[in-house]
Amino acid sequence: MSAVFTPIGEQVKQDLQDTGPPLQDRSFRWVLFGALSVGIITLAALLIFVFLEGYPRLTPTLWQNMPSIRFPEKAGAQSAIMGSIWVIVTTAVICLPVGIMAAIYLEEYADPTKRFNKLIEINIQNLAAVPSIVYGILGLGVIARALALGQTVITAALTLSLLVLPVVIISSREAIRAVPQSIRAGSLALGATQWQTISRQVMPAAVPGIATGAILALSRAIGEAAPLLLLGAVTFITFNPDGLMSSYTVMPIQIYNWISQSREEFQVLAAALCIILLGILLVMNAFAIYLRNRFQRRW
Amino acid sequence: MSTNSSTVAGGTEFSLQRSSPRYGERAIKVLLVACAALSVATTIGIIWALFVPAFQFFQTVPITDFLFGTQWSPLFADPEFGVLPLVSGTLVITGIACLVALPVGLLTAMYLSEYAADKTRRVLKPILEILAGIPTVIFGFFALEFVTQVLLQNIWPNTEVFNALSAGLVMGVMIIPTIASLSEDAMSAVPRGLREGAYALGSSKRQVTLKVVVPAALSGIVAAFVLGVSRAIGETMIVAVAAGLQPNLSLNVFEGMQTMTSFIAAAGSGDQPTGSIGYQTIFAVGALLFVMTLLMNLFSIRMVRKYREVYE
Repeated sequence: MSAVFTPIGEQVKQDLQDTGPPLQDRSFRWVLFGALSVGIITLAALLIFVFLEGYPRLTPTLWQNMPSIRFPEKAGAQSAIMGSIWVIVTTAVICLPVGIMAAIYLEEYADPTKRFNKLIEINIQNLAAVPSIVYGILGLGVIARALALGQTVITAALTLSLLVLPVVIISSREAIRAVPQSIRAGSLALGATQWQTISRQVMPAAVPGIATGAILALSRAIGEAAPLLLLGAVTFITFNPDGLMSSYTVMPIQIYNWISQSREEFQVLAAALCIILLGILLVMNAFAIYLRNRFQRRW
Repeated sequence: MSTNSSTVAGGTEFSLQRSSPRYGERAIKVLLVACAALSVATTIGIIWALFVPAFQFFQTVPITDFLFGTQWSPLFADPEFGVLPLVSGTLVITGIACLVALPVGLLTAMYLSEYAADKTRRVLKPILEILAGIPTVIFGFFALEFVTQVLLQNIWPNTEVFNALSAGLVMGVMIIPTIASLSEDAMSAVPRGLREGAYALGSSKRQVTLKVVVPAALSGIVAAFVLGVSRAIGETMIVAVAAGLQPNLSLNVFEGMQTMTSFIAAAGSGDQPTGSIGYQTIFAVGALLFVMTLLMNLFSIRMVRKYREVYE
């Protein structure tokens, strides 16, 4: 009873517990965590700052009225909000079919060892990283001036379509690749042609993934300002677009215009419009995440 | 006659091969190829749009004056076409962004790939995605109104309203997600066996991360860095809003600087008549920007292939 005897196993266990991980290892973990929090804290600071700055002007006048240089207290952003809707819907109509079809070709038909297909592949990866302002130059030189479409909604939509096309293609390809090979084999074995297999088996299974990627691509397009600076969106517009050949402005450009004004009221207006833009992006992203979680099948 | 035709009881010939080709299937394939080829057409369009006017520009301005001149005032009555102030502005701001984003992005990737529990990762990755999805004009607004006016001007009162530092810092935060997620992909591709071997030899988690995983994923990490830098060089709105529009051949980060991208944005949003020297300048600077980012992108794509070939 009184004899002090620790079994050898217990002794070893105690020794191990006492030392614990060395200080370096523990502090390294904190360094990593600190690095991670840089991004998160900045994001939080940005959202809080924009919200506090813009909240006083988040009133119905913001979407009911048109921009005004002389009366910031009455100014609104209706033409920019409507312009963004026009441009994004047109962009979606153009870039989604093209991007998805390109993805189908690359995943289902293309032989990756052929030089033409390799070229397309590298090309898409590079296009995804070309600066957006370069697409603006493409839009200015080719679409607006050489094709003579001018500085209109359709020029903006075509340019943004080319800009987000690589994103649509890359995400659609991932969705198509995730459909197991056995589904294709089963369909082909029952006598379906290749296109029947793709359109009736592969695509329905890939739709949730494609839709998620498409929404993310469009949310990139809706926040993009740089290429549109070159395509006439900076002009002072106080009317809503009424067609594809109409002049236009969009929300990010309207924000840029207001930031460039020196009066403090315009900074508040810019922040208020930032809140609306962020709100739209949040809804789009939440919808994309919902689609991904609700419909994506694990094979 | 052919191997897949046979004669059935009735005497009629019967073939497994269709008598007529399926034109519908072929038409669809042609349409799909056309869509994929559009990406090549885009590249050709970019090159054509940039280099034809740039070529005309270099017939007026010698290319050496453009690349090595130190005065940039192309839209003045007495124009000077030395692009170095724009290049230095771009590099200073990109350098600041890299000082923020390379270490932070890499350490974040280490945490996500090696340390974070599955549950934590599922929360953290969407947050990084949100950070990546913030429109850059809003980052610019934040840089100008918060980082400059609330932080920097209180710490260093002689900071100018438009300055390279705030644009660079915010741009660094902007490219953290790019670097973190690509580096994490590369680290996750390192086979488990390498880690387990190191643990079996008595390494700690830190040692495994720093001495096994990072070296093994190095080509992917380099690719992530290069792509991040290329993003920073091509970023427009943050610098156009927060760094000012004054060409400035200087290393003082508290001063305003114009970059290649913000010059293009400023000159392109004015209405330059087609064919004028001011109009062509946009394309000359654009061509330089495109060549710089193209080289970096191709290098980065190559490095990614390299690690994929090794581990996947």
